[in-house]
Amino acid sequence: MIFVGVIVTGVALAATLAFIAIGENMLYFFSPTQVKNGEAPRERTLRVGGLVVPGSVAREQGSLTVQFDLSDNRESLTVKYTGILPDLFREGQGIVATGALEPGGTFVAEEVLAKHDEKYMPPEVAEALELAEQGGRMSNPQE
Amino acid sequence: MIPELGHFALILALLTAATQSLIPLFGGLKRTANVSAAAVPAARAQFVFCLLAFACLTAAFVLQDFSVTYVATNSNSALPLHYRVSAVWGAHEGSLLLWALILSGWTVAVTFFSRNLPDVFRVRVIAVMGAISVGFYLFMLLTSNPFSRLLPSAVEGNDLNPLLQDFGLILHPPMLYMGYVGLVVPFSFAVAALIGGRLDPAWTRWTRPWTVVAWVFLTLGITLGSWWAYYELGWGGWWFWDPVENASFMPWLMATALIHSLAVSEQRGAFKAWTVLLAIFAFSLSLLGTFLVRSGVLVSVHAFATDPARGLFILMFLALVVGSALVLFALRAQAVSGGGRFDLFSRETLLLINNVLLVVAAASVLLGTLYPLILDAMGLGKISVGPPYFNSVFVPLVLVLLAVLGIGPLTRWKKDRSRRLATLLRWPLIASIVAGVVLTVASDAEGLAAVLAGLVFAAWVAATTALALVERVKLRTSPLAGLLRLPRGFTGMTVAHLGAAVMVVGITLTTALSTEKDLRLSPGDTYAIAGYEFRFSGVRQSPGPNYRAQRGHIEVTRSGKTIAQLFPEKRLYLNSSSPMTEAAIDPGFTRDLYAALGDELGDGAWAVRIYHKPFVRWIWLGGLLMALGGILAVTDRRYRIMVRNERGRSDRALASGAFAEG
Repeated sequence: MIFVGVIVTGVALAATLAFIAIGENMLYFFSPTQVKNGEAPRERTLRVGGLVVPGSVAREQGSLTVQFDLSDNRESLTVKYTGILPDLFREGQGIVATGALEPGGTFVAEEVLAKHDEKYMPPEVAEALELAEQGGRMSNPQE
Repeated sequence: MIPELGHFALILALLTAATQSLIPLFGGLKRTANVSAAAVPAARAQFVFCLLAFACLTAAFVLQDFSVTYVATNSNSALPLHYRVSAVWGAHEGSLLLWALILSGWTVAVTFFSRNLPDVFRVRVIAVMGAISVGFYLFMLLTSNPFSRLLPSAVEGNDLNPLLQDFGLILHPPMLYMGYVGLVVPFSFAVAALIGGRLDPAWTRWTRPWTVVAWVFLTLGITLGSWWAYYELGWGGWWFWDPVENASFMPWLMATALIHSLAVSEQRGAFKAWTVLLAIFAFSLSLLGTFLVRSGVLVSVHAFATDPARGLFILMFLALVVGSALVLFALRAQAVSGGGRFDLFSRETLLLINNVLLVVAAASVLLGTLYPLILDAMGLGKISVGPPYFNSVFVPLVLVLLAVLGIGPLTRWKKDRSRRLATLLRWPLIASIVAGVVLTVASDAEGLAAVLAGLVFAAWVAATTALALVERVKLRTSPLAGLLRLPRGFTGMTVAHLGAAVMVVGITLTTALSTEKDLRLSPGDTYAIAGYEFRFSGVRQSPGPNYRAQRGHIEVTRSGKTIAQLFPEKRLYLNSSSPMTEAAIDPGFTRDLYAALGDELGDGAWAVRIYHKPFVRWIWLGGLLMALGGILAVTDRRYRIMVRNERGRSDRALASGAFAEG
């Protein structure tokens, strides 16, 4: 009996720890519109996604820092990243970036993901685009 | 013509599979054994038809029949022959066909190696496997027919996803599927035993080798997948906690638990109901993995195919299979439970702890994989659970598991004395702490605590495994005779446990000691990491069969001596115009040197990724050792004797007596 008790306690403990860990390590996704509306927390790790705005990709001379704009066709967000971009990163492509918002409003990415299929859109990005489109119609009925 | 033949063969396979699963039901009702026996030839015929369908699809690829949609989407006239063959399982429809083929292959294997089982039981096992086959054939024919025609036919194919144009991908899916699907055997054995309401030692003796073989394939498949991701995805990671990796890892954890609990059931007759439950869980997780990968519900690099109808079908199939198995378990568990008693301090207890830890580990992976999906489905926001979650939950569990792993093999069955064990374990404990501390100091790593923990626990496993070997050999008169006379089962366990230690060393040291640099390099630039000097001499054009490559050249020297010439490539696959990074690796026993090209930065300068990864090979070496351990264990004498008896059919009467219907 004692033994069963120990096992049950152990499993309960493990489950609690797992839920705490999941709460601490959950990354929320925000679209550029949500970021502009101030829904995203500052200086906390989060994920953003959208389309890379054509013509916005700029490299810093002599380093590996790249800056580009990410858009959901309604609002856009400037993203800064130092490192090597994935193979399928290109203008007009849907991407997801993990990182944090700087006080100035620039998103500093630690990781940039582009899906390994040029036809494939990350589901979050597809949904963000759709939402932005609906939201755009609702808030700007004159268009 | 060939695709139609394939399609027809697939329909015939469905019908024979249906026969295979229904006839025993009919025969069971009428209590006529010779009717039921028809399930065996039906199973073999099903395999032949499925093989024919598979051969037809392969022929369509080899002969480049672009009037077949699946071929036109996943092949191209410029694709080399070996990739045309592996393209058969390169995408959704074909990989399902491979799945079904492997399933029917396992079924045929069961028909050949089970002659010795009582007929009633044997036929039930085959019928359960047939029911699973029916599900997969229906799925293929209703939602994902690999033979559907493209009208008008395409002049040229679309090309195989460039990521899959690789040697690792020729082998990885078949290996993984062999493991995934192989878990259907213990599942069917469990369900058949539940139907009969009887579970005796012969059941575990039969189930154990099948489980180990499936586990070996699963281990090899996951190891290959990790190795492939490392060299092919271009950024040198070996495990990402990607949902698709988790989908293969959860059944592995369950199967590992199952192997250990089968050991208890076989040796001591305990844990029987639990073993049956684990067998059900292991295959359920395989099916869940298929659902996760194939329905496209996941945000993952692997989600090639996205189609909700398919997802719904697999989900319903999953609910049906798992649900009915669990209901059956609830009804019959009482009948199969019970067995040997054991003391609190015994090997049974330690194996129980092993099982609990492995199941909790699998559950925590399941939680992290499904949690984002559930939140999303309930409209509570898009979240993702990254590696930090998995690492913070998984690592402590594994460390406890390693501690128990060391003690288990040294403990006696049924009842042991703690004082005996304390005396025995004193020296391995001291040795592993000393070795861990010395190696940690020598490794000069950052993140001291993690390295120390990893190395101490790896040393602990190695030391106790060695001690268990010594204890075992001591029973014989001379050490050499002892070594030679070791049962393969014991040798296998030793090798597999050492494999775990080797893997832990690899993971610990690679994580702590790797140097990873993204650099901007102009021709002639050099950069030094970990005592290796990398000299970049520029990039040249280099044509390939179906791609154009830009090929960089990096010379690596150490104290003036040339170590390696690395040629990383940036490829552009012409038909799909998709770019691909092909990393260049100089492998070594204690370190890998890794270079990959990023973007061209103008003036001949390139973004270049340079890694020094110590002991990364040990991770896969550990996986291979585990698989080798499994192979040794199934070739144990007692199983060979079983196969020999099979041929002689000498103890058939005996076995059928033991299995008499309840």
